[in-house]
Amino acid sequence: MNDNVFVWLNDPQNWAGTRFTAGIVDQIVAHLWYTVIGLVIAFVIGFPLGLVLGHSGRAGWLVSLANGLRSLPAVGLLILLYVVVSPLITGRGDLVYLVPTEIVLVLLALPAILANTYAGVRNVEPAARDAAHGMGMTERQVLLQVELPNALPLIFSGVRSATLQVIATATIAAYVGLGGLGRFIYDGLASHRFGEMAGGAVLVAALALLVDLTLALVQRYTVSPGVTGRFSRRATRADSRTAAVTEQVASEAATD
Amino acid sequence: MITFDAVSKEYPDGTIAVDRLSLTAPSGQITVLVGPSGCGKTTSLRMVNRMIEPTSGTITIDDQDVTSVPATDLRRGIGYVIQHAGLFPHRTVADNVATVPQLTGTSRRAARVQALELLERVGLPTSFADRYPAQLSGGQQQRVGVARALAADPPVMLMDEPFSAVDPVVRDQLQREFLRLQEELQKTILFVTHDIDEAIRLGDRVAVLAVGGRLAQLATPAQLLATPADPFVAGFVGRDRGYRALGFVSAELPLAHEPAVALGSPVRRALDVALDDWVLVVDDDGAPQGWLHLVGAGPSDDVVAAGMLNLGGTLATAGGTLRETLDAALSSPSGRGVVVDGDGRLLGSVRAADVLDHMSAAPRERGPAAVREGGRA
Amino acid sequence: MNLAAGTSPWDLFGYFADHRAAVLHLFWEHVWLSVMPVVLGLAISLPLGYLARRSRWVYAPAVSVTGLLYTIPSLALFLIMPTLLGTRILNPLNVVAALTVYTVALLVRVVADGLGAVPDDVAQSATAMGLTRTQRLRRVELPLAVPVIAAGLRVATVANMSLVAIAGTIGIPELGQLFITGFQLSVNGPYYPPILLGILLCVLLALVLDVLIVLGARLLTPWQRVTAAR
Repeated sequence: MNDNVFVWLNDPQNWAGTRFTAGIVDQIVAHLWYTVIGLVIAFVIGFPLGLVLGHSGRAGWLVSLANGLRSLPAVGLLILLYVVVSPLITGRGDLVYLVPTEIVLVLLALPAILANTYAGVRNVEPAARDAAHGMGMTERQVLLQVELPNALPLIFSGVRSATLQVIATATIAAYVGLGGLGRFIYDGLASHRFGEMAGGAVLVAALALLVDLTLALVQRYTVSPGVTGRFSRRATRADSRTAAVTEQVASEAATD
Repeated sequence: MITFDAVSKEYPDGTIAVDRLSLTAPSGQITVLVGPSGCGKTTSLRMVNRMIEPTSGTITIDDQDVTSVPATDLRRGIGYVIQHAGLFPHRTVADNVATVPQLTGTSRRAARVQALELLERVGLPTSFADRYPAQLSGGQQQRVGVARALAADPPVMLMDEPFSAVDPVVRDQLQREFLRLQEELQKTILFVTHDIDEAIRLGDRVAVLAVGGRLAQLATPAQLLATPADPFVAGFVGRDRGYRALGFVSAELPLAHEPAVALGSPVRRALDVALDDWVLVVDDDGAPQGWLHLVGAGPSDDVVAAGMLNLGGTLATAGGTLRETLDAALSSPSGRGVVVDGDGRLLGSVRAADVLDHMSAAPRERGPAAVREGGRA
Repeated sequence: MNLAAGTSPWDLFGYFADHRAAVLHLFWEHVWLSVMPVVLGLAISLPLGYLARRSRWVYAPAVSVTGLLYTIPSLALFLIMPTLLGTRILNPLNVVAALTVYTVALLVRVVADGLGAVPDDVAQSATAMGLTRTQRLRRVELPLAVPVIAAGLRVATVANMSLVAIAGTIGIPELGQLFITGFQLSVNGPYYPPILLGILLCVLLALVLDVLIVLGARLLTPWQRVTAAR
C-alpha cells in the first residue's frame, strides 16, 4: 500500500513519524545535523589553512595530498571506520554510527574546501596584490581586505562542492545504521517497500538541491559584483563543478 | 628629495641587479629611470619603498633613511603606481581611491569626498565613482591608479611603467595630462620606463641605466640628446637626436603674411589672393582648416567647401619649439608652415629654409648653457 | 571462513588468494562500470559543450540544468533510474546511466569553459588564416582546451570510482561488494581483509586510470612538454 512513492510522500503519518519509527521531518533534521557537523569541522580546519597557505604560497604539497584523499572510496572508508570504531564505543546508541561517519565526512569535505580556498587566494591578480603591499597594507590586511574578497567565488564553490559530497555520503552512512534520509532508502530497499525507498531518494535529491540553491543565493549576495565578473561578456558563475576541477588543477599546479 | 647612496642589490645566485647606484632625485621634479631589460630600474624603484631590500647602501627620503621607519608606515606616505594599475576588483572606483586614507584613519565619508575630487583631477567623470574596475578601459583604470596614489597627498610618488600597458593614443593623452598635473602638484616623482622617448618627454632629469644595474648617465633630456656619455647611451637614446633636440629650443621667428580665404567664399576669391597653387582656408574665427589646391579646383563660381581641402600640414604655435615649427613647414603641401596664436588663429607662415637659417645664425654651442629649457618635445 | 583469522589487516593478501576468481570478477565489473560512463559522458559532452560555447542561448540553460543534475546525490540517482529506464533495481545499467548523467553534467561545463578559455586572438588568427569552423575547432580550440578537459576527466574518473562502490549497498556486483562482505562478517570483531582489499583495489584502479588520462593528455599537448622543459 505504501508502494507508490507519491502515496508514501503524501501520507502525513510518514512525515510526523510514529513512536517506533522516525518520521520524515525528524530524518531531515538529523540529516542536516550530520551535514552541518561535518562541514563545520572541515571548514574550521580547511578554510584558515587554505588562506594562510594561499597567501604565502608555500606547502602546496599539502593541497595535493588533500586532493589525493579523493581517490578513497567513501563507502569503503565508512565501513572500515565503523568496523574499527564499533568495538570501542558501546552503549550510547547513535554515537557508534556518528563518529566514523563524521570522520569520513570531514575527510571528504576537507580537500574541496582547502584546495579551493588555496586556489582562490593564489589566483588573485598579482598586480592587485603588489599594489596592496606597495600602499602600505600589512600582510594581514592584504590577506583579509584584498585576497579574501577576491577569492570568494572559488571559496564558495569549494563549500558547495563539499556540502554536496557530505549530504551524499551521509545518505550512504545509513547503511551502517545511521539515521537521516538514507534510512528510508535502505529500510525501504530491505523490506521491498519501494515507495519508501524511492521517497527517500526523492527527498535526498530535493534536500541537496535546496541546500545548494541556498548557498548559491548567499554566494550571489556576498561576493562583490566587481568580482563575479558580471560585467564581462564571458563571465561564468562558479558552482560546485568549478570547485571539482579547481581542486584538480590546484593540486597539479602545486606539484609543479 | 630621494637619494641613493651606493645602493646595490645582489641575489643569492650571483646576479647583480643594481650596482652601486648613487643619484639624487630632486624635490618637486620628475626623475626618470630608463634603460633596457635587466638594467635594474624597477628593482631600484622598489627599493625606495622597501618592496625589495638592498644588499648594501642607503636610500634616504628628505634625509631620512627609509629603513628607519616600519615598511608599512613608509609606504603609506609614498604614492605607488604600477603598470597594470593593480586596482582591487572587489571594490568600487571610489573605494579603491579611498584605500590609503581609510588605512590611516580618515572617516569613510571624508575619504569618499576626497576620492571624488581626485577623480575629477585625473580627468574622470564622478559618475565612475561607483563603477567597478572591470567596467573601465585600460586607460581609465590607469587614471584611477594615479588618483589612488595621490589620495594621501604623499610628497613622493613612485611610478613603474604606468603608461606602458595602454595603446599609443591613450598613452600620449595620459602623458600630457600627467605633465599638467605635475605642474599643479609639484611632487617628487621617480618614474621608470623602458621607452626613451617617454623619458625625454616627461623627465626633468633622466638616469640611463645599463644592464647589470650600472648608472650610465644622469642628465637633463637636452643634455642627453646633445652629449651622450658613452656609446651605450648614444645607442640607447637612438637616432634623430638632432631633430628631437629641437624640441627643447623655442624661438620667435619672423612670420610672412599668409593670405587666406574663409570657408564658403567663392573659389574666384581664392584665385585672386593666391601666391601660387595653394591657398590657405580658414573658418570664420580665422582658425586654419586646410589648404585648397587651385589646380583642378573647379569652376570659379564654385564655393570653397571642407571636402575640397588638403589636411596635410601641422600647425605651429607662435613662440613654440623649433621642432614643431620645422614640422609645420615640412608637412605643409605648399611648403609654408602655418603659425597660429594661442587661440588657434592664423598669424602667418614660415618656410623650412627660414627655420634652418635661424638655427645656423644662432651660435651653435654644445652644452647645457646654450639650450633654453622651454617647451617640451 | 575463519573469523578469528580476519583480525589482522595483512590478511587481505590471503583473502585475495582465496577468493581470486570472485574478486577479479568484481574488479572487472567495477572497471567497466566506471569507465563506460566516462567514455559515454565524454562523447556526449564534447558536442554539447561545443554547442553551449557557441551559443549564449544554449550555454545558460545547459549549465543550469546540468548543474541541477550534478547536485543530486548518486545513491538517489541510482534508485530513480529504474523508474526512468524501466529496468530492475539490480540492473547495473542503472549505474552506468546515472554515472553517465553525472559525467555529462560535469564535463559539459568543463568543455564549454575550456573551449571558451582559448584566447580570442588565437581563435581569430585561425579564422583569418582561412580555417573553417570545424578545422579551427579540431586544430586549434580543442587541442588548447585539452588540459582543462583532462583535469575534468580526472575528476570525473576518480569520482566515478568511488560512486560505483556505493552501488554495493544496493546489491550491484562490483568492488563495493567487498565492503559489504566485510561489514556483514564483522559480527564478532573487525573483519578487515575484504574491506582493505576493496579500498586498495579502488585506489589502485583510480591511480591507473588517472595516469592513463595524464599520459593521454600529454600525448595530445606536445607543446606543453617543450615549454615545461625550458
